[in-house]
Amino acid sequence: MAEPRVMDIKDQPGFRTIAIICLLVLYVPVLILMVFSLNSGSLVTHWEGVTLGWYGTAFLNEEFHAAARNTLIISVTATIVSTICATLAAIGMTRVKPWRGLAAAFMVINLPLMVPEIITAVATLSFFALIAGAFGLNFGIGNLILAHTVFCIPFAYMPIRARLEDMDLTLENAAADLYATPWNAFKRITLPLLVPGIMSGAALAFIVSFDDFTITQLVAGPGQTTLPLYIWNQIRRPMTPEINAISTILLLVSILFVSVSFLIARRRAK
Amino acid sequence: MTTATLSPTDLSKAALFEAQAVKTSARRNRLLSLPALIIIGVFGVLPLVIICVYSFLVAAPYGGVQWQFSTDAYLNFMFQRDIFDDTLQFTPDFLIIYLRSFLFAVVTTVICLLLGFPTAYFMATRPPAQRNWWVLLITIPFWSNLLVRTLAIMFIIRDEGLINNALLALGVIDKPITMLYTNFAIQLGLLYAFLPFMVLPLYSSLEKLDFRLVEAAYDLYATRRQVLWRVIIPLSKPGIIAGCLLVFIPALGAYVTPLILGGGIHLMIGDLIAQQFGSGRNWPLGCAQALILMAAVLVALYFYVRNTSGKVQHG
Repeated sequence: MAEPRVMDIKDQPGFRTIAIICLLVLYVPVLILMVFSLNSGSLVTHWEGVTLGWYGTAFLNEEFHAAARNTLIISVTATIVSTICATLAAIGMTRVKPWRGLAAAFMVINLPLMVPEIITAVATLSFFALIAGAFGLNFGIGNLILAHTVFCIPFAYMPIRARLEDMDLTLENAAADLYATPWNAFKRITLPLLVPGIMSGAALAFIVSFDDFTITQLVAGPGQTTLPLYIWNQIRRPMTPEINAISTILLLVSILFVSVSFLIARRRAK
Repeated sequence: MTTATLSPTDLSKAALFEAQAVKTSARRNRLLSLPALIIIGVFGVLPLVIICVYSFLVAAPYGGVQWQFSTDAYLNFMFQRDIFDDTLQFTPDFLIIYLRSFLFAVVTTVICLLLGFPTAYFMATRPPAQRNWWVLLITIPFWSNLLVRTLAIMFIIRDEGLINNALLALGVIDKPITMLYTNFAIQLGLLYAFLPFMVLPLYSSLEKLDFRLVEAAYDLYATRRQVLWRVIIPLSKPGIIAGCLLVFIPALGAYVTPLILGGGIHLMIGDLIAQQFGSGRNWPLGCAQALILMAAVLVALYFYVRNTSGKVQHG
């Protein structure tokens, strides 16, 4: 009798509350961290007033400069190399007759996603130690770029492959019917349609490289401090809101790139 | 008598075949995957082979290895050689850390599922425009810097952190509750870190839910609870399995969270492995520990592959 006249069949009691709690749990700690980057006091927990001074302190800090420079060199190079490799691989694995070893190749590409980061970290460390010992090879910051490229490839690969699979093949077939060479058909039809996927993949590759801590920490040699490593070094000293300011910058970079990647993917879906 | 009639399905098959033929006109395309495969092969797979080899070598005194075969790394995992009479004694120290990590990972997975399922379901039942915002809001923490997010938890639960300050100000307690560097801190950090990893795969599975089945269940006089447990949850099983795996595997091998919130007192597998390459100076032991973790991950992945139709899902 007490049943409401129109019952929403999708409704489940209490789910809304839990969803809102989840959002609060995910965002409140991070927002507090960001707010305290504006604290004019020198403590990370006692609020005294608003200032942008800690951002100034960070930007004038030589160590921060060096870390930011290293981070950008590593993540930009790793992003470019991994996105090119991922694009080629995605074409080589979707626009072909299924070849023997395709499943294995797919597994290899996705391997960095399945192996826990700490294992990749110690394995990469052992590898570079071995080639340094046996052949005297040390690529300097190149070690980190190579390590990052490996785990960036699958992240760049996913959206590009998804885009290739969703793509309407009739356009490519029409181009072929009209005597376009495979290269021309690719350049004039497939590639322009693939650009959103490539951009989305590059954005993800950049984030994972920019944010990486575990692998970088184990593989980095002296003088190869990146921004996450810089934060880690700061945690072990008496902390000032400068650490909040740098953390906020890192978060904002992530948010920017996620949103870009997300919006590109959404537009594609429409 | 043979009558060769072409049914419509045969025709569409022929069309499909033709499309396939055009598609495969450039067979050399497969070579395009070589750069990616070579980079991952040399700098991703080969290092894994190297740690397999290293795990059977002897530790060099200042880190690194000596090229001499030994199974000590695996023996040291469970036993310690007595200095006096050279007998092996069972030492469960490492085993305890593995079991602790396993427990942490299981609790994290269960709580993430309990919180994540209702959230994902709620998201999936919003109108499309609102749905996109929810997905973006969960996607942002998914990709945000884990170190910074863990730091945010640390600021809140420190002795002079917000929670303790608030409780002190309210007069609920008269001295701060120690939360940082405890098991509680690690557990909280893991939950915070991996909650989005649960919500996104669950959402992508619930989004495709056919609500006509839910309607049918109600028509057949099912209660809300029955609809949830006997229709919705069984239908979203692939998402539940994918979500649990995406939380369980990184939680088991967590490194950053126990490093910052456990303060080096409460170790998990990840820190234990890193320690052998740092202050421990026992690379073979670290490699053996890493491989034992890898074996656990492979068992979990096997379970996943067996339970899904071989389709790779991704948050």
